[in-house]
Amino acid sequence: MDKMPAWADAVLVPLISILLAAAISALVILAIGENPVEAFRIMVKEALSTSRGIGYTLYYATNFIFTGLAVAVAFHARMFNIGGEGQAMMGGLGVALVCLYVPWPHWTLALFGAAAISALFGAAWAYIPAYLQAKRGSHIVITTIMFNFIAFSLLNYILVNVLRPQGSMDPATAKFPEATFLPTFQSMFSTADTVMFRNAPANVTFFVALAACVAVYFLIWRTRLGYEIRAFGHSETGAKYAGISPVKITIVSMLISGGLAGMMALNTTMGEAERLVLNATEGAGFIGIAVALMGRSHPVGILLAALLFGFMYQGGSELAFWTNIPQQLIIVIQALVILFTGALDNMVRMPLEKLFLSIRKGDA
Amino acid sequence: MDIDTIVQVLDSSIRLSTPLLLACLAGLFSERAGIFDIGLEGKMLISAFFSAAITFTTGNVWIGLLAGIAASLALSLIHGLASITFRGNQLISGVALNFLASGLTVLIAQSWFKQGGRTPTIPEEQRFQEITLPFADALRDVPLLGPIYSDLISGNSALAYIAFLMVPITWFVLFRTRFGLRLRAVGEAPDAVDTAGVSVIGLRYAAVMICGVLCGIAGAYLATSLQAGFVKEMTAGRGYIALAALIFAKWRPWYALMACLLFGFLQAVALRFQNIDLGGVVIPVQMMEALPYILTVVILAGFVGKAIPPRAGGEPYVKER
Repeated sequence: MDKMPAWADAVLVPLISILLAAAISALVILAIGENPVEAFRIMVKEALSTSRGIGYTLYYATNFIFTGLAVAVAFHARMFNIGGEGQAMMGGLGVALVCLYVPWPHWTLALFGAAAISALFGAAWAYIPAYLQAKRGSHIVITTIMFNFIAFSLLNYILVNVLRPQGSMDPATAKFPEATFLPTFQSMFSTADTVMFRNAPANVTFFVALAACVAVYFLIWRTRLGYEIRAFGHSETGAKYAGISPVKITIVSMLISGGLAGMMALNTTMGEAERLVLNATEGAGFIGIAVALMGRSHPVGILLAALLFGFMYQGGSELAFWTNIPQQLIIVIQALVILFTGALDNMVRMPLEKLFLSIRKGDA
Repeated sequence: MDIDTIVQVLDSSIRLSTPLLLACLAGLFSERAGIFDIGLEGKMLISAFFSAAITFTTGNVWIGLLAGIAASLALSLIHGLASITFRGNQLISGVALNFLASGLTVLIAQSWFKQGGRTPTIPEEQRFQEITLPFADALRDVPLLGPIYSDLISGNSALAYIAFLMVPITWFVLFRTRFGLRLRAVGEAPDAVDTAGVSVIGLRYAAVMICGVLCGIAGAYLATSLQAGFVKEMTAGRGYIALAALIFAKWRPWYALMACLLFGFLQAVALRFQNIDLGGVVIPVQMMEALPYILTVVILAGFVGKAIPPRAGGEPYVKER
């Protein structure tokens, strides 16, 4: 018999975890002498009450959907891909190369081309840790951490020594040609009279991210490969008996994971900066961990969690502007979410299970 | 390249190896007991902040050191709760604690000192002083050995000597004491330890706490000895390099010393020379920065001797019923 009804497992446990994280964050704000209620009000106002704020929220959410899905696909195969950051950096490199050196006639074609290459570069960067895990037994967590640092050094080298335009000081590529500029929400949704999403960076990539959610849903729950990934994640020995190759599943799920992380670069590099900068990923690869944990590795949950984190990022950066609360508050909240939904899951779950058991006993 | 440059680079290697060594030995205790710890970075960072902040406010660097250790222990305790008591995922807990330290340090620093997330500079006389060993000045002019003794071995801070002394101590504790044997056993076969009537949970908490103390010293070294105060993200990935060194050393103390000296040397070289010209082939500075990570991946891949982690590493222990 299940200890808890399914709804409690899927909704109640994460909800309580988030409330705990929120409560501690509020205490942190109190402790540094600020008003948490006022802080929340500013966050809502700046991130949700104007179309511009929403445009920023959705822009950040787009990044987190990709990286959240990336972590989730690996989670389904019971692997922890901390390498989203490095994979996204490499995805950005791919995007920069095709945008700079291929004469695209129209942005739609450029988007398809860049999506393919960013996924390819991200997947390639995930391939080596995946191969080492599958064939040599190296721990994927450690290798992906190492690959984040290696990616940073590699990208730094390429930007400074190869792709930086002559005479420029900052480690970044030249501006992409105009034909590769993606339509922003402002250009898509503004009418002749009213400008919507003014200067917000949200762009068409958001819909690519939504499509990725649908695609991951079908992959994991509606295809043979997805079944194999879940079976492998559930029990490696069981999967082996069923004739599922651990090597294949390890590598394939990490390739998909890396590809998704790489596609995040579409949003930051092609959609927003329109050139590749060194810190384009801005830690979004790591936020993917919080998003995937909070969304319980389900695309719907990931979408909601990504929107919440998008809201927190936009609200948090405005908070630094309006109050004395530094932007790092978001990192603290992110840490608490990861801690409660990921590591201290049992702390919430055990008392709840007892509660439900005692309720059932009362019924019987 | 003259002897002075070489001594300078080696001296800076020792300075840069010290925090790596402390963090690496910290990880060694934890992982030998079966608790993976990728939160070394966060523990160092939070200790760096509190040691700098308390040293600055009290003017006593030793109190600062204790404050740093206490802060680091607090994170260790959370890690222990998550990974031992509540049997959560140790890796996720480590990731969370790294972020927690990264965010909290800046948040507290900003509200405390209002200097954009850093502490004020600690005056020179309040920091850990360089200790001059006996005869260091007298022997300076002896060729070759003179500079090595007076510049490399002498003239480091107390914490650096503690760090290097920790290597034989760690070796002795782990391989020559009953506690060490049990600690290693708990990382390999916790059920056997349990059967013998020794508390798995107690041993693991002890290991995690030792790890906290050593990370605390490492953080204090960074903020009150190597540098004069805390700046945002000042650990700069050292916790991960220490983790890399731990794997490179295959979880053994003396090898950890070698690995940390090597990685410290790489950092010193990257700091001193930007691009290295080896007779036509230029090694870019980014290559030097990435080398510890690349070497670790190579070792992990098992092409050059296999790195086998403690068998029960990462697995929460569930008592049989």
